[in-house]
Amino acid sequence: MSKMEIRLAGTGGQGLITGTIILAEAGIFENKFVAQSQSYGPEARGGMCKGEVIISDDKIGFTKVTKPTFVMALSQLSFKKYCHDLDEDCFVLVDESIEVPADYNHKKFMKLPILQTAREVVGKMQTVNIVSIGAINKILGFSSAENMEKAVLMHVPKGTEELNLKALAEGAKLVK
Amino acid sequence: MKKIRLMQGNEACVEGAIAAGCRFYAGYPITPSTEIAEGCAVRMPQVGGHFIQMEDEIAGCAAAVGASAAGVKSMTATSGPGFSLKQENLGYACITEIPFVLVDVQRAGPSTGLPTSPSQGDVMQAKWGTHGDHPVIAIAPSSVEECYRKCVRCFNLAEKYRTPVIFLMDEIVGHLRESIEIPEESELEIINRSCPEDPTHTAPAYSCKKGELVPCMAPFGSGERYNITGLIHGEDGFPTNSTKTADAQVKRLIAKIEENLDDILEWEEDMPEDAETCIVCYGGTARSVYSAVEEMRNAGEKVGFFRPITVWPFPVEKMTEISKKVKKVVVVEHNNGQLVLEVERVIKNNCALDFLGKVNGTVITPDEVIAKVKEG
Repeated sequence: MSKMEIRLAGTGGQGLITGTIILAEAGIFENKFVAQSQSYGPEARGGMCKGEVIISDDKIGFTKVTKPTFVMALSQLSFKKYCHDLDEDCFVLVDESIEVPADYNHKKFMKLPILQTAREVVGKMQTVNIVSIGAINKILGFSSAENMEKAVLMHVPKGTEELNLKALAEGAKLVK
Repeated sequence: MKKIRLMQGNEACVEGAIAAGCRFYAGYPITPSTEIAEGCAVRMPQVGGHFIQMEDEIAGCAAAVGASAAGVKSMTATSGPGFSLKQENLGYACITEIPFVLVDVQRAGPSTGLPTSPSQGDVMQAKWGTHGDHPVIAIAPSSVEECYRKCVRCFNLAEKYRTPVIFLMDEIVGHLRESIEIPEESELEIINRSCPEDPTHTAPAYSCKKGELVPCMAPFGSGERYNITGLIHGEDGFPTNSTKTADAQVKRLIAKIEENLDDILEWEEDMPEDAETCIVCYGGTARSVYSAVEEMRNAGEKVGFFRPITVWPFPVEKMTEISKKVKKVVVVEHNNGQLVLEVERVIKNNCALDFLGKVNGTVITPDEVIAKVKEG
């Protein structure tokens, strides 16, 4: 039985809730059970924001993430709140801009220039969620590239398809 | 070819309503039910229906009742604060026997409370929120799939018994996205209210055929003229002070539900023969209980669960039967103790009773359920 509990945290407006929806959509294409939820409210509009998705081979009972297996933080605040007290098997991905204290010793840890890639390589800050997904799927590998592209195209605005597919590819490239 | 889709609970409620034949939505948007209004605004015109945003929740409920009186299956949706406002017209629909579905996606209260946080604080309001003795059917879904299928059921029961049905959702299922298999049209049973074959028939609108408890009347404005009033009324719909009529009318309204429990009640149970503890839960809370029960069983605990899907009327007989077999019943709900009062009333001293509730706006976790059960 395989079960991934994924949490994406950052700043409202980064599209992370959409990010978890796309991951869920790809999960369905891969014949998995999925459950996606999010933090709602004023904090999702500029403050701290999080989206969660569970992707599992088996039917899902409790729908919220309790023991994350993957956490991504794109802001300093979300790093502080969500990247501590995790199981040692949990994979932590943070943006390069985040200041990680010297005594932070989580083993499965990766820093990637996600924000910078969206801003400078793709050329549009709004694609930061898709860049993230590209990197995440490269790390977790639960979806085929085709299915992930299909999932992305279902949830991005018309006219931005090419831009977002580029963002997805650039995100994947970040993971060596 | 199966149609599997990723859908939010609120969205599934809209699709279920449309599949059931709902073609009129009136309401006033409120978190965490807003996606139902948004969804209906998009979907109703696509299926030849109507969407109207009214000036407030009271008007939204009144418009839904009015549209249904004219023969169109109707729905309104809201959350706690709006549910309070809709109570007046809910009672009006009970006594005028106008079917419609009132969706309440519960959030933490009282008053405007915590708009985006889960709660099940309206379960007693669903039963007693509108004044007077009246029939109540309330159904609580636990998954996105059930948001669709049980919404269809709400419409069917409303139509069959000519009574409002409360779809008692909560933030947990309303905002949850899961995969759902959209049923084929042919797979769904759709019930429509009975109408006279001859619209110019002469039987009074509120008369029931012999042996029946639900009147068969033409949509208002077609066929014979009749009156609609919230006052106690005779078979022609006109008000009366007759004590005999009052007694018969109120008792019939309640009897049409109470005498059809076999049809109306629905539950999910997983109670192994050797189970010593039964966890009672409903709505989104069941998701915490499913995981807790699985984990406890893996550890050798003798535990099961009972989940009323029809919360009102409460499945008294089934709950009694379970309480005679187990040592303890634990009620888990997102409030300070509401349905537990009904369970306590029903199980009497057949077994021990414990309660786990939460009112801080966070979700009860499986670990919290396990800790409560193990408390002894």
